[in-house]
Amino acid sequence: MAYKLDAKTPAGELAQKWSNHKAAIKVVSPANKRKLDIIVVGTGLGGASAAASLGELGYNVKIFCISDSPRRAHSIAAQGGINAAKNYQNDNDSIYRLFYDTIKGGDYRAREANVYRLAEVSNLIIDQCVAQGVPFAREYGGLLANRSFGGAQVSRTFYARGQTGQQLLLGAYAALNKEIAAGSVKSYPRHEMLDIVIENGEACGIIARNLVTGEIERHGAHAVVIATGGYGNVFFLSTNAMASNGSAAFQCYRKGAGFANPCFTQIHPTCIPVHGTQQSKLTLMSESLRNDGRIWVPKKMEDVEAIRKGTKLPSDIAEQDRDYYLERRYPAFGNLVPRDVASRAAKERCDAGYGVNETGLAVFLDFKTAIERLGKETIKQRYGNLFDMYEEITDVNPYEQPMQIFPAVHYTMGGIWVDYNLMTTIPGLYAIGEANFSDHGANRLGASALMQGLADGYFVLPYTIGDYLSKKIQAPKVKTDTKAFDEAEAGVRARIERLFAIKGNQSVDDIHKRLGLIMWDNVGMARTKESLERAIVEIQALRKEFYKDLKLVGDNESFNVELEKALRLEDFLELGELMARDALNREESCGGHFRSEHQTEDGEALRHDDKFAYAAVWEYKGIDNVPEMTIEPLDYEFVHRAQRNYKD
Amino acid sequence: MSCFLTNSSVGKKLVMSITGCFLVLFILFHMSMNLTMLFSHSAYNAVCEFLGANWYALAATVILAAGVVVHFVYAFILTIDNYRARGKQRYAVTVQEKGVSWASKNMLVLGVIVILGLGLHLVHFWSKMQLVEIMGHHAALVEGYEVAATNGAALMMITFSKWYNVVLYIVWFAALWFHLTHGVWSMFQTAGFANDTWYPRLKCLANIVATLIFLGFAVVAVYCYLVSTPQLIESLLVAA
Amino acid sequence: MNFTLKIWRQRDAKSQGAFETYKVENISADTSFLEMMDILNNDLIHAGKEPVAFDHDCREGICGMCSMHINGHAHGPSQAVTTCQMYMRKFEDGSTITIEPWRSAAFPVIRDLVVDRSAYDKILQAGGFVSVRTNSVPDGNAIPIPKADADESMDAAACVGCGACAATCKNGSAMLFVAARVSSLAKLPQGRVEGARRAKSMVAKMDELGFGNCTNTGACQAQCPKSISIAHIARLNREFLAAKLQD
Repeated sequence: MAYKLDAKTPAGELAQKWSNHKAAIKVVSPANKRKLDIIVVGTGLGGASAAASLGELGYNVKIFCISDSPRRAHSIAAQGGINAAKNYQNDNDSIYRLFYDTIKGGDYRAREANVYRLAEVSNLIIDQCVAQGVPFAREYGGLLANRSFGGAQVSRTFYARGQTGQQLLLGAYAALNKEIAAGSVKSYPRHEMLDIVIENGEACGIIARNLVTGEIERHGAHAVVIATGGYGNVFFLSTNAMASNGSAAFQCYRKGAGFANPCFTQIHPTCIPVHGTQQSKLTLMSESLRNDGRIWVPKKMEDVEAIRKGTKLPSDIAEQDRDYYLERRYPAFGNLVPRDVASRAAKERCDAGYGVNETGLAVFLDFKTAIERLGKETIKQRYGNLFDMYEEITDVNPYEQPMQIFPAVHYTMGGIWVDYNLMTTIPGLYAIGEANFSDHGANRLGASALMQGLADGYFVLPYTIGDYLSKKIQAPKVKTDTKAFDEAEAGVRARIERLFAIKGNQSVDDIHKRLGLIMWDNVGMARTKESLERAIVEIQALRKEFYKDLKLVGDNESFNVELEKALRLEDFLELGELMARDALNREESCGGHFRSEHQTEDGEALRHDDKFAYAAVWEYKGIDNVPEMTIEPLDYEFVHRAQRNYKD
Repeated sequence: MSCFLTNSSVGKKLVMSITGCFLVLFILFHMSMNLTMLFSHSAYNAVCEFLGANWYALAATVILAAGVVVHFVYAFILTIDNYRARGKQRYAVTVQEKGVSWASKNMLVLGVIVILGLGLHLVHFWSKMQLVEIMGHHAALVEGYEVAATNGAALMMITFSKWYNVVLYIVWFAALWFHLTHGVWSMFQTAGFANDTWYPRLKCLANIVATLIFLGFAVVAVYCYLVSTPQLIESLLVAA
Repeated sequence: MNFTLKIWRQRDAKSQGAFETYKVENISADTSFLEMMDILNNDLIHAGKEPVAFDHDCREGICGMCSMHINGHAHGPSQAVTTCQMYMRKFEDGSTITIEPWRSAAFPVIRDLVVDRSAYDKILQAGGFVSVRTNSVPDGNAIPIPKADADESMDAAACVGCGACAATCKNGSAMLFVAARVSSLAKLPQGRVEGARRAKSMVAKMDELGFGNCTNTGACQAQCPKSISIAHIARLNREFLAAKLQD
């Protein structure tokens, strides 16, 4: 049965939609809020800000996170900054311009109304964070400073050194702590949601595993919010944290929530290249480095070979022998093109044989010009911690030699389908932040993930959830001794027992690394019909192998990291296939999704708006069955869709 | 108000800081008093007389003793707290961190040495001087000499004519030096008067104060050892 | 490179722990310390043994999750980095590396090298926030803040809450952690409003949770992966004492 998707986009002028909608939706009185329970899963920017705001409103909130403290969520690793249309730099920025840049950056595959709302509340986020004591960078006059980010021609990114995500998360975490102290929020760290419980078609709670004791717990609520981030770790090597996973979102999908555009994966252009087979993750170098760094490879093949052999240093290459390929191809935006464009351009040069390390998979990010222009001190002030980190990892001093960078999986634009209220196809189940699909289309601009997480958590969900909960004010506390909970818990236990019973020979990491290779080679930066079909076959085979040959040690009744990883991998093995299927279906190139068959003459992504101007929403049909796709057409009322142009 | 000095960690530390500061000031005073020995024995004795069993000297002694006791008792309370906070299981491997002074990690041990030295010092001097007067006597028998309670100069010459006393006192002063190199800047830190600009200055001040105190005391002890002869002692006893 | 690892193994909080010795071989110098642990764990799994439990997550030095005491150093012998940012080239080939969990009464061991640091959350819940409601705030530029103050606030706010300060302190004191938060907010006009209340309640909670008393050794600052200065402790002392003297 296909979904009947209703995006609930409000009518009216673009700029009025959110105001009109807020005026139209129902609210819950303070006395009734006290009777309502909400579960928030995940404590990153989205989850923490939502839980804090909901607790403050008077709801009873329970928050769950897999790490030892809400503060560890991977939002913390965002380095560069957060966008807002404040126009503090007087460079003619506006809400409309931020909206337009975001929708264009996403290659016209996001909903207009959602993106406009995001741009609209962006300014509130900065005010909120300043009031919380987030130490944003400031100018000597005491006012907030800005820097530039990819995909924009204005300077609208607010930052706190190279640790913006950390500072924003600490702000949200502090707000959360305030509510925990007040008793309105109860925190469950080291707990992992293993299933969502549905009763009468509505979300009514979760099954969670206490990661310290192994206990399986039941938690009931009138609404459940999923804020568990993205699923980039399906690639094994990504910039995501080791424990980042797609499992909570995937359980929702299994239980009937639509999963939208799973193939939209962002490959970040500036990561430290892979250095061997023992590597566990890839380290991101902030996009902010592209403010002052210039990306290049040598023009001459003999220089490439000399650098690889070590007979020449990168700094020996004369200026006229360097190919600043982004500046060459995209004069208007230069090194600040969007991420998908920069990543593909790097791949193009490396495919042509100009990669500068032994594996041929690296390009240079050079600060020579910036150091000459601004002096070493200024560069040190701006990027000192990133330079130190780079040197620590690679043993190369980036003040003297250019950094080597290469694209790596970073963010997933796809996610659980939500309507304008951020509610999924399951009533009472919400998804916010990276976990949903809503705002970034086919590519996310830098410094917009933090914006979306906080917009959803502070300024959207606290209002829209009231519209649903206003119907629940008569509902009693959710009982957890019902059949639905019994079945869900039994399902979780059976799943765990099944994994222990396999007793094969391969560890979780062994299989995960193989899945990652299949994904990177076939569902990575460039995809073809053949590669995607191959991926589906290979993933299915690997999944069978997983159920036959997994070696899982330890037991369920204790702290068992291997079990956690095995459960997550089990979901990745299905999610990877779903991504490949979605990519196979989308016979066009847009944003981070690049089908080699569909490109312009100069190698740019070629969209087919006549056929694919929609969000593909997938419905689960069982582990070995093909999921069913429903489309949500993306009608553009206000923006004219054009071929993205970053050249002039 | 009284409670935070006894029930909060920062308050307890403030007590250490204030009593420590008071003791440093006293020691500096004591040292300058001793230095008069180098210039004039009779001047030194005049000071001793001035600080005999007079009401103000007695009051000061009581306050001083209270300072020592509080500093010492709090040190033990804090150390016991800290020992508990460390937990039962200890590290198998520990190191001296970069930039961390040895003294800062051994303040209690150094303090105990200082206290032991103080005990010896009280036996050597205070019990022969102020205590004698408090008991209503005028002189005490030291090493076979009848020494008047106000004759500090003679007492010093007698005590430091013995090499082992000089060595004991120098060890004592050295412990005090270590204790003060950490203690003096630390008392500013605890009271909140410190920052990154002032750490080098405060640590420099601490080293200067500690060294000054060490030298000031040691030089008098060594001087006495060098010049002390039975004739000199006799003449000092007679002069009194 | 080859290493001998002496690692603390302990099944749970109640069990008795002990050191176990393992060997890892053919480790590349560019391998990070935690990747070396991954390799050991994969070997252990293949040998049918339980892997060593250790906390880690972002592996970029910012989440504050990793927490190993390596050869007597919190986060290992490198200065100003977390365990995850340390690379095997820092160790001598063939050497023995001793790895212990954080040792502090307030951080009980959960398993092997994993400890319970929820005490730090509790301290922050006692007052490590500015009491503003969502959406009832002035414009971000309404109050200019001197750059130097914002920078100093940021210096303190860089704390990742890893626990190295209390773990390394011979007194088990959490002062650097508490000070970082108090000081960061005290330097901003938004945080000043509740400054006195915050300093008092956070110190009270820290004491209640069984952390020790600071004796200004500076070991915390030396081992802090973010090099947070003990000058913030001085500010905490000042804030606390000033607040108490007004009671």
